[in-house]
Amino acid sequence: MSNGILIQNGRVIDPSRGIDGILDVLVKDGVIAEVGKSLSASGAKTVDAEGLVVSPGFIDLHVHLREPGFEYKETIATGSMAAAAGGFTAICCMANTKPVNDNASVTRFILEKAAAVDGARVYPIGAITKGLKGEELAEIGEMKKAGVVALSDDGRCVMDARVLRHAMDYAAMFGLTIVEHCEDEHLVKGGIMNEGETSARLGIKGMPAVAEDVIARRDIDIAAYLKRPVHIAHISTRGAVESVRAAKALGTAVTCEVAPHHFTLTEKSLEAFDANYKMNPPLRTADDLAAMKEGLRDGTIDCIATDHAPHAKWEKELEIDQAPYGIVGLETSLGLSMLLVREGVVTLPRLVALLSTNPAKIFNLPGGTLKEGAPANICIFDSEKKWIVDPAEFVSLGKNTPFAGKELVGKNCLTIVGGRIVYNPSNL
Amino acid sequence: METVEKKFRGRHLLQIADLTADEIMGLLNTAYKFKDVSEREIKKVPTLRGKTIVNLFYEPSTRTRTSFEIAGKRLSADVINISTSSSSVTKGETFKDTVLNIAAMRPDAIVIRHGSPGAPAYAATIAGCSVINGGDGANAHPTQALLDLMTIHEKKGSVENLKVAIVGDILHSRVARSNINALKMFGADVTVCAPPTLLPHGVNALGVKVTHNIREAVADKDVVMMLRIQTERMQQGLFPSLREYSEHFCLSAKVLKSARPDVLIMHPGPINRGVEIASDVADGPYSLILSQVTHGVAMRMAVLYLLCGGAES
Repeated sequence: MSNGILIQNGRVIDPSRGIDGILDVLVKDGVIAEVGKSLSASGAKTVDAEGLVVSPGFIDLHVHLREPGFEYKETIATGSMAAAAGGFTAICCMANTKPVNDNASVTRFILEKAAAVDGARVYPIGAITKGLKGEELAEIGEMKKAGVVALSDDGRCVMDARVLRHAMDYAAMFGLTIVEHCEDEHLVKGGIMNEGETSARLGIKGMPAVAEDVIARRDIDIAAYLKRPVHIAHISTRGAVESVRAAKALGTAVTCEVAPHHFTLTEKSLEAFDANYKMNPPLRTADDLAAMKEGLRDGTIDCIATDHAPHAKWEKELEIDQAPYGIVGLETSLGLSMLLVREGVVTLPRLVALLSTNPAKIFNLPGGTLKEGAPANICIFDSEKKWIVDPAEFVSLGKNTPFAGKELVGKNCLTIVGGRIVYNPSNL
Repeated sequence: METVEKKFRGRHLLQIADLTADEIMGLLNTAYKFKDVSEREIKKVPTLRGKTIVNLFYEPSTRTRTSFEIAGKRLSADVINISTSSSSVTKGETFKDTVLNIAAMRPDAIVIRHGSPGAPAYAATIAGCSVINGGDGANAHPTQALLDLMTIHEKKGSVENLKVAIVGDILHSRVARSNINALKMFGADVTVCAPPTLLPHGVNALGVKVTHNIREAVADKDVVMMLRIQTERMQQGLFPSLREYSEHFCLSAKVLKSARPDVLIMHPGPINRGVEIASDVADGPYSLILSQVTHGVAMRMAVLYLLCGGAES
């Protein structure tokens, strides 16, 4: 590795410095040594990136790795490798494992497992409350020391506003942001899909958008009151986006993420009763989808996160009310997100920011930049590559995607983590 | 009948939208022919001899299961009933595995009743034989809608352009959804009547009028369909008490005075006397409740005969 990697003639996009041009990138000793025109480095491995985009490695703030406890769905190793395949150099894994990541020993277990994998870096998110029960604070300080980068009870909302308030205050002492799964549990009880015209016709129990709206509003208000940051996970409703927009205008430290399926699919997909369209938050209406794009366009939505939720095939073949929520996302994120560029919602440099620079800032993670001296976390992707989604080819153990058979445009080609090439199937 | 048979053979019946208006009339005509069989002394025809029909019921059911069973037997099919309380489902077998195992025994049709919407539709993709939806969650109950149409047709001589009220728990009712779809195919003007808590959010998508006043609902209607109220809904906080519910939504003789003199009263059963329908109305001259049950057998004979491809007769 000491001779480094020279990436030549790619379209280098670095939103952290406003760079977008045909340039070379030299990687040496695990860091970015130089970005410039016609670089040379004797003995370095050269990568011909002509016609390809050279980007800071993608960072996913919202991934479920399932280990410990549900290794048949995904492991830390397979999830990290799947992430690398999708162009991610860093992923943040949610705490809803078994046992829950609500204490330092689980955090350390995750990090030890991750250290042995040549894939994307894994940054654990600790639970806000013990056992995700929403009652008592987890050992936040201990987990911070062990390496968590944020806190979330994701999968469940912190329903008790008093508990949330204390969590925000307490976490601030450790510089950790609270990530909220905004959903009033009482309003969505037993729900399977978005509540509205489609659920009325199909006779499927609905999850009303207002259940997300009210909690997003509540959390933003509490954050504003305490002057603490809050990050809203997987935003999916127009109401929540509008609350974030208004709060940002007032200077509240609120950020949010959107999952690719929420800007590409609507509730109508449920008509086939296919559990691969069952997720939480559910697929919403065309109007909500439009609101996601508006939020991405005007910067209300800060980043794209997959909410990668792998499940075994048989689990998604259960009856729709018994099948688990969620879909995999790591290996389709780029292809789906490129739709935003093709539809003119965002420019390519802005998309790169949504996938790398912005998420790095939100949790204060290394990466998201190609600045000299920064860790060499890079992906090289083909923004024009057409490909058909075939779950059998996923690196992830989870094959549960509603996009099987769909043609996407845009695919990752090569991933470098800490100066090491961890994904390069076509031997660039 | 030759062409009707060809159209249906090997198909599934999962929802009303699977059928055209012509096909529904074909089913009605076939059902009329089979209705006579049930009136004979020997209530059996050899039409489906050698065919196997499995009733796979994941929810308790008396009417629908018995109706399918009698229908199959009167057509000389072998009918097997599986209810989940006495099957491998209690041992943790998944729905998919249960269906695949039954399919491996090569039945000609599987009738599925399930609490989960879409379960029969999923089964249809793996069963390798005709799947008939015997009611799935709050989604659909197509044979109920068909037998209701037949019951109306027999009385009115037509099912075109009817004015129909459906009163009760629309939110949780597959019967309501299938009936709305079927009636609207024939130009019906449908009004639903329930407290707002028992109407789905987005009810407009059903293409019906909405009222919370039962007198208004029944006025000028050709047909009034009552739905059963489950006490479970009260426990879910959707209305305060059965007494208050019936005060507002029970079809009583007094309410019936607002209706036309030739109104038809229907109910898919089981009825709760004195809750959604007064005892005297249920037993009264306008009531077609038992006629619906009789037509249930005839319509299910027609469905089984046409889907299973009975021998040419």
